[in-house]
Amino acid sequence: MPEGYSEKVMDHFRNPHNVGEMKDPDGIGHVGNPVCGDIMEMYIKVKDNVITDAKFKTFGCGAAIATSSMMTDLVKGKTLEEALKVSNRAVVEALEGLPPRKLHCSVLAEDALKGAINDYLLKTTGKGLPDWKPHEESEGH
Amino acid sequence: MTTVYLDHVAANPVDKRVAETMMPYISGNYGNPSALYEQGRIAAQAIDKARQQVASLINAKPEEIIFTSCGTESNNFALHGLAQANIKKGKHIITSAIEHFSIHHPLKTLEKQGFKVTQVPVDGNGIVKLDELKKAITPETILISITHASNEIGTIEPIAEISQIIRQATGDGRQAPCFHVDAVQAAGVIPVDVQTLGIDALSLAADQFYGPKGIAALYLKKGTRILPFLEGGIQEGGKRSGTENVSGIVGMGKAAELAKAEMKERTALLKKLQKKLMDGLKTKVPTFHLTGDAEQRLPNHVSGCVEFIEGESMSMFLDMEGISVSTGSACVSKALKASHVLLAVGVAREMVNGSIVFSFGKDTTEADIDYLLEKFPPIVERLQSMSPLKKG
Repeated sequence: MPEGYSEKVMDHFRNPHNVGEMKDPDGIGHVGNPVCGDIMEMYIKVKDNVITDAKFKTFGCGAAIATSSMMTDLVKGKTLEEALKVSNRAVVEALEGLPPRKLHCSVLAEDALKGAINDYLLKTTGKGLPDWKPHEESEGH
Repeated sequence: MTTVYLDHVAANPVDKRVAETMMPYISGNYGNPSALYEQGRIAAQAIDKARQQVASLINAKPEEIIFTSCGTESNNFALHGLAQANIKKGKHIITSAIEHFSIHHPLKTLEKQGFKVTQVPVDGNGIVKLDELKKAITPETILISITHASNEIGTIEPIAEISQIIRQATGDGRQAPCFHVDAVQAAGVIPVDVQTLGIDALSLAADQFYGPKGIAALYLKKGTRILPFLEGGIQEGGKRSGTENVSGIVGMGKAAELAKAEMKERTALLKKLQKKLMDGLKTKVPTFHLTGDAEQRLPNHVSGCVEFIEGESMSMFLDMEGISVSTGSACVSKALKASHVLLAVGVAREMVNGSIVFSFGKDTTEADIDYLLEKFPPIVERLQSMSPLKKG
């Protein structure tokens, strides 16, 4: 198994959940890691402040695909406030760990989600997440 | 599960005949080749024979072969040893932009020690730009190191022409710079003749031609000065001391003998498989773009970049089907950086991580290639359907 990926990571890589484009999403997060080149797009549907659906498309390695998949799983059904508290660490824990070199993939998943929420808030309230911007490339390594 | 091993640039199986030749020196004779009694003499004779076999593979003299522990050591040895031995003549070294890390990293160290290094660019097919090379040579140039063939893109460099340029660059009677060739991917796979090519030093490794791992060699033309790499006893003419890896050396010798004897038939098979794979990819995976030169390339090598998707994902899905391949994607590189080789040949940034390398060997079959061509296209389609880069 490459780089000591956990069985859970392999599960989500083999059969990713919530993969594909979303029709008329309420928010889209598009982030890329400038160092390794991975790119993630996350789409959310929001109703009454709750994320009713989340989907993703990812260009990247096994860890990037698995973290996107897990992130969408974790935030579905959560309020926006709850979803914002789902950190990259929570994704890593849910995946039963990631090799240290792949931790940045989970940061990308967190950023993609926050980007989608930010986009939703901008569209609906005219105000995005306060002080939010994607992590710098060095973080999470 | 089916196993289709298509990563021969990374490692090769040890040929059965090689393993058999090695066995008496693994579990039988254990004498130190430097010893004067019989066990020692047996070991020393075995090494002599292997040295002749390895020399014969590249048309060198036995005394021009120095055994080392791996291709990386041969490259480090050549660069450090030749640079330091020629330091009084100058401090300029030339290399290409697409060398292996075991060339580029020691050169970085030499730069820190005060040497100046020029990286000559390559064209879109990975062939060293000869006019740029010519221009780069100065009276200060003491060493030029160019790969014979790239493990990543398979391109074979015009070594004979490069050698000629180096010899002609100093027409005033001054000694030409040393010419080192990293032939780890080439020796034992394609014909390499150090005499007709005009090479001063050349690295080769046994596991690239079905010998064991942990044994390699540096060819050093007679009369070429080099600083010793390991100092101690006087093994390997004092240039690389340390008790010899007798079984490994014997294995490398046998593997070299077989590679020379069977090169013609092996090449015929490899070329057939290569054409089959290239043609198959062209029709079945139109988003696959060949990297390297289509003609001037290793016969066991097909490499390319696939649009919109990433190499590690591809190789993991192929692994699930029992197919082993390698990728130059940043995601699998230790530094998480895009491949310097692919960037040097001008592959677009958004494409470099879609790199994949199929490399096959003498035991690969047409059925193996058929199996790959059956399994690979749906994997590509699946990953592309997940990619945000592919729209619509």
